[in-house]
Amino acid sequence: MSLTTPLHGRHLELGARMVDFGGWDMPLHYGSQLEEHHVVRRDAGIFDVSHMRAVDVEGRQAAPYLSYVLANDVARLTAPGQALYSCMLNERGGVIDDLIAYYRGPERFRLVVNAGTAEKDLAWLRTQAASFDVSLTSRDDLAMVALQGPNAAARLEALWPRDAAAAALALRPFHAVSPAGLAGNPFVARTGYTGEDGFEILLPSGEVTGLWNALVAGGVRPCGLGARDTLRLEAGMNLYGNDMDESTTPLESALAWTVSLDGPRQFIGRDALLAQRAAGGHRKLVGLLLLDKGVLRSHMKVYAGAAGEGETTSGSYAPTLERSIAFALVPAATGDHVEVDVRGRRLAARVVRPPFVRHGKAQISL
Amino acid sequence: MSTSLLPSDLRYTKSHEWVRQNPDGTVTVGITDHAQHALGDLVFVEVPEAGRVLAAGDAFAVVESVKAASDVYSPIAGEVAQGNASLADAPEQINSDPYGAGWLMQLRPAAQASAGGLLDAEGYAAFLAETAE
Repeated sequence: MSLTTPLHGRHLELGARMVDFGGWDMPLHYGSQLEEHHVVRRDAGIFDVSHMRAVDVEGRQAAPYLSYVLANDVARLTAPGQALYSCMLNERGGVIDDLIAYYRGPERFRLVVNAGTAEKDLAWLRTQAASFDVSLTSRDDLAMVALQGPNAAARLEALWPRDAAAAALALRPFHAVSPAGLAGNPFVARTGYTGEDGFEILLPSGEVTGLWNALVAGGVRPCGLGARDTLRLEAGMNLYGNDMDESTTPLESALAWTVSLDGPRQFIGRDALLAQRAAGGHRKLVGLLLLDKGVLRSHMKVYAGAAGEGETTSGSYAPTLERSIAFALVPAATGDHVEVDVRGRRLAARVVRPPFVRHGKAQISL
Repeated sequence: MSTSLLPSDLRYTKSHEWVRQNPDGTVTVGITDHAQHALGDLVFVEVPEAGRVLAAGDAFAVVESVKAASDVYSPIAGEVAQGNASLADAPEQINSDPYGAGWLMQLRPAAQASAGGLLDAEGYAAFLAETAE
């Protein structure tokens, strides 16, 4: 039996092709995955991401606790509404999950974690919380939608009362606010997983269908997990479980930028990362652009000549580029060009630095 | 679920290929409307080279959607006369016109090749209905 979000019935009514995602019955697309991808780059699309989980972290030691369990440093969050992207590591520096942490005010934070890892994350967070004066609340009562695209802001402005819309539109990237005067008191964040402008909105389960319907009636296109994957891959954003997992560290997964490693702060995984950084020579996650015709997928062998072999971690046809791209975990000495085993044939690929696309435009030379 | 297109002059297989008998004795092969709908937007297609010899059931083409790659199987034995080269730049023709511009290959059937195992339109429709979710 599958888990379903409050919008499940709407997806079926809209004719979605459904797929299992980590035990959830979710929309893959509503007719054309390619069209949904393009509409997010050019206009506005909406995704049901209610399968993800919000966890409220509150209490006298909320900040020191998160400072200990997260690889990025929440001390950087000084104004209410500020957020950061972080990995949560085990003692070996392996990635338990990636998440966004929001500072909501003194002693109040909110984490948003991935759907497939939510229970694992909660168990870990609870174990670590034992020695801190902090309370954790898994917000199973909240649903979430992601409104993404260059016209996302305009759609909110057309829908919401003036002051609420203004508060949302004034948000800088990686900031959140709960505007006054909206049913259900939604938590609105200027974040996303597409490389376009947009908002991720958390609100009570009972309110999400109303918001979804109003935005769709206003011209926003429903988009499924298929487009979500091609959008995030083009945007150079990692997918937990593919591009990193507990057997990889942030340094190996192109996520060193999310780790605040220097300074006296003790956090879980710090010593392992310091040792790995000092030793050097570790694997690295790179972007690939396929030069020959075909489609790169995950778990394809990568040949890097004298440097050795690696493996693709994510791959797809990239609709905005009209080419195939991938991420690959490869040896440190890997150079500019590799070969990939695609269904038994060795195809040529160029190593590129993500992002591949930002704000609708290619960032790499094709 | 919408009923898919099923031209009555074609023959069909349970793996969702169609076969058209041509006046010159060759056959044209492609995948059905049901198959293209199930696959979704196609982004890459590999068709066989002329001269390749196929047994019935051999994988002769690959169709890739954004999500996955699928093999396409030859309904009968024969030699490839030509693959549809236009699919290299426009794989989406299979989605928009699976029985026309989306054809995959033209095959010269082997002398002893039998079309006996193929379904007619009604038979394929019945098969789809039986196996529908």
